[in-house]
Amino acid sequence: MTTAETETVESFRLRARAWLAENMPRLDADAPLPTLGDDDHEWVRARELQKLLHAGGFAGICFPREYGGLGLSPAHQRAFTEETAGYEMPVQLNIPTFSIVAATLLDMGSEEQKRERISAAIRGDEVLCQFLSEPSGGSDLAGLLTRAELDGDTWILNGQKTWSTSAYAADWGLCLARTNWDVPKHRGLTMFLIPTEAPGLHMNRVKMVNGSREFCEEFFTDVQLPASAVVGEVNNGWAVASRQLFHERNAVGGGSPYVSGIAGRPRALGGQSLFTVARATGRAAEPGVRERVGEWVALEAVKNQMVSRVSRAIGSGALPPPAASLLRLFHAEAAQRGTDLAMDIAGAQIAAGVGTDEGVTGRAGVSYLSRQGASLGGGSSEMARNQISERLLGMPREPAADRDIPFNQVKRGRV
Amino acid sequence: MELELTADQKLFQSSARSLLEKDHSLDRLRRLEPGESAWDRDSWQRGAELGWAATIVPEELGGGSVSGEGVRDLTLLAEELGSVVAPGPFLPVNVVLAGLVAAHGTGPDHTATIEALVAGEQVAAWAVYEPGGHWAPEAAHVAASPTADGWRLDGTKDRVEAGLQADLLLVTATTPEGLAQFLVPTSAEGVTTSPQWALDLSRPLAEVRLDGVVVGPDAVVGTPATTAEIVEKQLQIALLVQCAELCGGLEKMFALTMQWGFDRYSFGRPLASYQALKHRYADMRTWLEACHSTTQAAAEAVQAGSPDAPQLVSVAKSFVAERAQWILQDCVQLHGGIGVTWEHDLHLYLRRATSDRALYGTPEDHRRRLADLSSL
Ligand SMILES: Cc1cc2nc3c(=O)[nH]c(=O)nc-3n(C[C@H](O)[C@H](O)[C@H](O)COP(=O)(O)OP(=O)(O)OC[C@H]3O[C@@H](n4cnc5c(N)ncnc54)[C@H](O)[C@@H]3O)c2cc1C
Repeated sequence: MTTAETETVESFRLRARAWLAENMPRLDADAPLPTLGDDDHEWVRARELQKLLHAGGFAGICFPREYGGLGLSPAHQRAFTEETAGYEMPVQLNIPTFSIVAATLLDMGSEEQKRERISAAIRGDEVLCQFLSEPSGGSDLAGLLTRAELDGDTWILNGQKTWSTSAYAADWGLCLARTNWDVPKHRGLTMFLIPTEAPGLHMNRVKMVNGSREFCEEFFTDVQLPASAVVGEVNNGWAVASRQLFHERNAVGGGSPYVSGIAGRPRALGGQSLFTVARATGRAAEPGVRERVGEWVALEAVKNQMVSRVSRAIGSGALPPPAASLLRLFHAEAAQRGTDLAMDIAGAQIAAGVGTDEGVTGRAGVSYLSRQGASLGGGSSEMARNQISERLLGMPREPAADRDIPFNQVKRGRV
Repeated sequence: MELELTADQKLFQSSARSLLEKDHSLDRLRRLEPGESAWDRDSWQRGAELGWAATIVPEELGGGSVSGEGVRDLTLLAEELGSVVAPGPFLPVNVVLAGLVAAHGTGPDHTATIEALVAGEQVAAWAVYEPGGHWAPEAAHVAASPTADGWRLDGTKDRVEAGLQADLLLVTATTPEGLAQFLVPTSAEGVTTSPQWALDLSRPLAEVRLDGVVVGPDAVVGTPATTAEIVEKQLQIALLVQCAELCGGLEKMFALTMQWGFDRYSFGRPLASYQALKHRYADMRTWLEACHSTTQAAAEAVQAGSPDAPQLVSVAKSFVAERAQWILQDCVQLHGGIGVTWEHDLHLYLRRATSDRALYGTPEDHRRRLADLSSL
């Protein structure tokens, strides 16, 4: 289709509405919540649902046609997502597969990487993940220690990554490694696209406080990669990582145009809305409880209103890309206020379940335990505040003890 | 602020700005003597000539808006006025107009009043609060009893913005058939207005006593059946004006505090170089963006008359009024001692924000309303 033939948003919306009604399974609002910690079957389901979307011609709405997408605008995407309310959608693929990894490949990848990986993800054949954080640190990403060395035409990768969300379910990961130790940290990094099944890659799952096992850690021992695994240029991996971090903040904040459908149930609250918690405690008529529920309703609304305004502003150039950190920061604040309000409402019942079951209030308690995940995952809130103050407000950069110093001479911590 | 303004909107905005520069100064506000009014009828008249009371009134009733979307223009204006804590009856006049326009065609005809208000020839105020009472417009203690040829009103209202200067009061009262609103001239026999101490120097308040005030049947606004809906429209406009004014004021005070962060030095470097303070600026900047987002979303919903407008104005009010407080108090803190002096501008904005927080429903009131509207 040429631009002139692009379908209008309204016609696309109506077509999507009819197709969804005919083809997509409905969400069952009364279905019991999945047990925390066991989500493997959700990944199988996500691929099935993505294949359905693809077969119906509604997958990869904002990705270009040559890479398997529809080449439509964010407005088409938003309209589609609005129409998907009430349907089961492959929301697991939103972050990081589409909105972070595929989006970064689209900006920085080779023609081959784009053609193969993006289209496979859109078809529902492949899931993507990110290997960035390391045991030595995630905020100072450019200070990472995983190394890649060239042996003839082959890269040999050694090191360790951690906290990689749902890597066990993924087929490929974007992995940042150090390829030159004699230059300052940002100048010696290279980004690689690696298969999670590569020989020499050993993966463990890490249990989180809420029982989930979506976290993974990976050990790389002489993993061999061809030259075509490099994303962008050798030793210019920071340029790729910067785009990736932008997409990450935008995605975690809720502003990515590459997501399809929104999670029907609030994730930060263990899948339960505050209405559910208020009703379960039998306190829904108390003014204090109603105030808290209303506060939560307002915060959720403001979060979405902010996403639409800031995304529009970044798109039009009214705000520069670092403004994505506004969304990132507010997302964490809203999510955490939500868990706090749920705890207030659950009151005396937060620490106990129903019989041997966690029950609604027990689940609110468990969600409260992982409260800080919202201000760590996707870059911490402190880093978002650094970004906003320095990149958006133009305040002086933090002093750094590693600036302009060859990385092999930079001091490292003991943990 | 809207992200994109049309050329006409920009012109509208700059005409308001230059009138405000001429007619108004923060210093004058700061130096008001007790009993001295913060504004006069002439300056309001000049504002009205620029369309300050016209935006949400249809053209056939003498109004008109530059963008064709009156509520958006009203919001734009409110931001300008709020950015300089402008005194004047902008909020009450527009709220009364919202009610009269919503009621138009249902009850007695008020076309002449609408036209006089749009032209700035008359000033009207909404008398809705009652002494000691919280936000509960539906539960008026002022009683309206039917007489042979009209109504008799008895009771007391307070916190009436612009009540001392107003020619007309839009009074909520309980009739045997339920809540109704009446347009009552302040000159009517039995009406006594007296000044009420007000935290916001720019917004004089009044207490209004109604002792056997007699009005004709044509004083009624709307009909008993439509009153709730009309009051809701008035509330929506009041909340939008408050939120937009707050956004304008916050923008101004945040910019001032930013500049201060760069100019003020401590231990040989600017305040803006300390991470502990940079992070607070980052939070403020984030909240400010969120305030604009929710205010604009509410304005769009009210403009479109969409069914979720009641929710969205309550979302905006509950959020903006609370964050305005957080931001302004932090601006004071970042200024240090000078921030708590009479000579500094910050308190003028803090007074407005604190007063706006309290009036037309506190954040807590609106959160409960949101729970009600979500049928919890
Ligand atoms: C739910 C979740 C999902 C995640 N998914 C992934 C993933 O898929 N892939 C991946 O690679 N990583 C992932 N992460 C890791 C995440 O990116 C890191 O946890 C994060 O970047 C922080 O790094 P760190 O844990 O090493 O803490 P550190 O960097 O050691 O930071 C510790 C604390 O110090 C603060 N801090 C550090 N530096 C500064 C500074 N300069 N100024 C002020 N404060 C500072 C941090 O904000 C934090 O509070 C995930 C994390 C979570 C919680």
